[in-house]
Amino acid sequence: MAEVRLQGVTRSYGANKALDGVTMVVPDGGFVVLLGPTGAGKTTMLRMVSGLDKPDTGEVYIGGVAMAGLTPAQRNVAMVFQQYSLYPHLTVRENMEFPLKSPLLRTPAAEITRKVAEVAEILQISHKLDNKATALSGGEMQRVSIGRALVRNPAVYLMDEPLSSLDAKLRADLRVELKNIQSNLGATFLYVTHDQIEAMTMATHVGVLDHGRLVQFGTPREIYEQPISIYAASRLGQPRINLLPAGHFPGAPARAVTIGLRPEQIRQGEGQEAMVKRVEHLGDQTRLHLTYNAQDLITVTDAHTVLRSGDIIKIQPDRPFYFDAAGARIV
Amino acid sequence: MAQIIIKNLRKEFGAFTAVQGSSFTIEDGEFFMLLGPSGCGKTTTLRMIAGLELPTSGEIYIDGAEVSQKPASQRDIAFVFQMFALYPHMNVRKNISYPLVSQGMPRAQVAAKVAEVAQILGITDLLDSPVGGLSGGDRQRVALGRAIVRDPACFLMDEPLGALDAEFREHMAEELRALHDRMRATTVYVTHDQLEAMQMGDKIVVMNHGVVEQFGRPQDIYDWPATLFVANFIGSPPMNFLRFDGMVGNGAREVSLPGAMVAVPQMISGASGALVFGVRPENVHLDDAATFRGRVVATEYLGTTQIVTLDTACGVVKARTAADQVAKVGDTTGLKFDERSVTLFDAGGRALISTANQRVLGHG
Repeated sequence: MAEVRLQGVTRSYGANKALDGVTMVVPDGGFVVLLGPTGAGKTTMLRMVSGLDKPDTGEVYIGGVAMAGLTPAQRNVAMVFQQYSLYPHLTVRENMEFPLKSPLLRTPAAEITRKVAEVAEILQISHKLDNKATALSGGEMQRVSIGRALVRNPAVYLMDEPLSSLDAKLRADLRVELKNIQSNLGATFLYVTHDQIEAMTMATHVGVLDHGRLVQFGTPREIYEQPISIYAASRLGQPRINLLPAGHFPGAPARAVTIGLRPEQIRQGEGQEAMVKRVEHLGDQTRLHLTYNAQDLITVTDAHTVLRSGDIIKIQPDRPFYFDAAGARIV
Repeated sequence: MAQIIIKNLRKEFGAFTAVQGSSFTIEDGEFFMLLGPSGCGKTTTLRMIAGLELPTSGEIYIDGAEVSQKPASQRDIAFVFQMFALYPHMNVRKNISYPLVSQGMPRAQVAAKVAEVAQILGITDLLDSPVGGLSGGDRQRVALGRAIVRDPACFLMDEPLGALDAEFREHMAEELRALHDRMRATTVYVTHDQLEAMQMGDKIVVMNHGVVEQFGRPQDIYDWPATLFVANFIGSPPMNFLRFDGMVGNGAREVSLPGAMVAVPQMISGASGALVFGVRPENVHLDDAATFRGRVVATEYLGTTQIVTLDTACGVVKARTAADQVAKVGDTTGLKFDERSVTLFDAGGRALISTANQRVLGHG
């Protein structure tokens, strides 16, 4: 496994700057998740590291070696895409063996068999090893394509939304599995997702991308608890962070324009009056939709609350975030 | 507006039974969810209410009138599909006006109606735009507008948010629910997303393999599932199932799990054999003093809370705890279950009746 370093990487497509001077280090054995809406530059970043695309300026290093001019094969990276592509005429076993049979690797046959069996076990597809790849469900095919990456021992795994086409239950299982595989192997992962639960639960580090720039890099907890801007704060948290003009609550610092309140930053019981507009019972928790000074707020409360729409409760901010006119956090 | 009663509704396609003997009542003004995995019969049920499919047997009453064999056009309903089909060559106004114009409504009245609906949906300034350039959300609003403008007795929606991306889906779900709160029209909504069902529904029917597994208010179904299927389908992560062999008598207050006696709500019905002890992750607390033990195998940080996965004598158990509670992978700890929230299931996967779930599940 190896450290991956991007140094001032810029890439434009026509007038559109997909990546704008990105410098970032994926530590050896780290699991870095890139977050950002469509068009933020997440996939472009994976393509830079894999060698499927080249930076206009800047440099990519894997294990301290500059990658300029090297092909994807020479870089020793394994990629998993959202859209699995398997060899339809081969069995599951043959698909998974394929990368190991590459003349570059020269893996002994016994070793290949052992590796494939081990990975198939982890991904719960052992019983399908002798099926044709086309005789599988979508979720199984995606697991085979993840398996094909895992049998190898690459410098880094690059994954582009590998779980997004799976159903919720399987996604939850594989989240735990992938994380276990990564920490057991000490593997380096660079991983793209839209799903904030995946980012929160699997990442050792999260990189927040905004229009091609890396705006924050840190542990999931740092990004959640110490976001540097409105943009970064809005990437994580369900229900999403409440944002309203700072003047609505007393005590805002002078430069503050916006106050940001995650649900747990709204303390109930004292303070200003707010009206309960709607009570949403989600089972494990209950969401309260509040109207406060003509602003909408969402917070959470006890699952079996007796509150009903039309009730008035008192709320006050509890260590809220303040942001200035440019959306940057005031600390 | 309308009350809809479904009685012993059944639909067969050749040898395959899509819906077998469903019965439930949708009250006037309710937002009603048909929830289940693909192939469970929820869409077939909706299509029978709409009149797009005729039932093999059974009755459908809309406001007291039996309509099960009537064509869709005589039922006064509006259908919103997942794939909203708009007329691509018409602008927004023409798309929304279309159902009224085709009914022969006078022009001035159509204009007034369309203006009113556009305002409800917040698309007044889009009325003269072609539908081709609209965002996914705006297209969905136009499709809704075309349904609302007719003032139907009820709305039937088949996964209307399924094609939208996650962030926007949540936003549209709130908007749809707010719209319903203003208009109070009876709405029947099909989804396979349990969170969407919990979030938006006044009532939920959970279906599986053409059978109604449970019918009731979202929180009741979540807290007191009637079957293992419901307990597993609703909630994320789902209810923990601790499988054990044993005996539970009438009036029992505890059960014997491997290595520990564990308290349960007082049982009204008893059972023996292969039983399941069901407990939701948020009702599992890590407490070193507890006698039922587990080893931490994973933790997942979720911001406010975390999910701790433990290996126990009864298999894997997940606990939802505060994010700041320390749980290190490899540590062994005790698991304490909130006994008021426990459901026991018999070998057939049906919940045993206790003093806790009696109110919801009746007399069994």
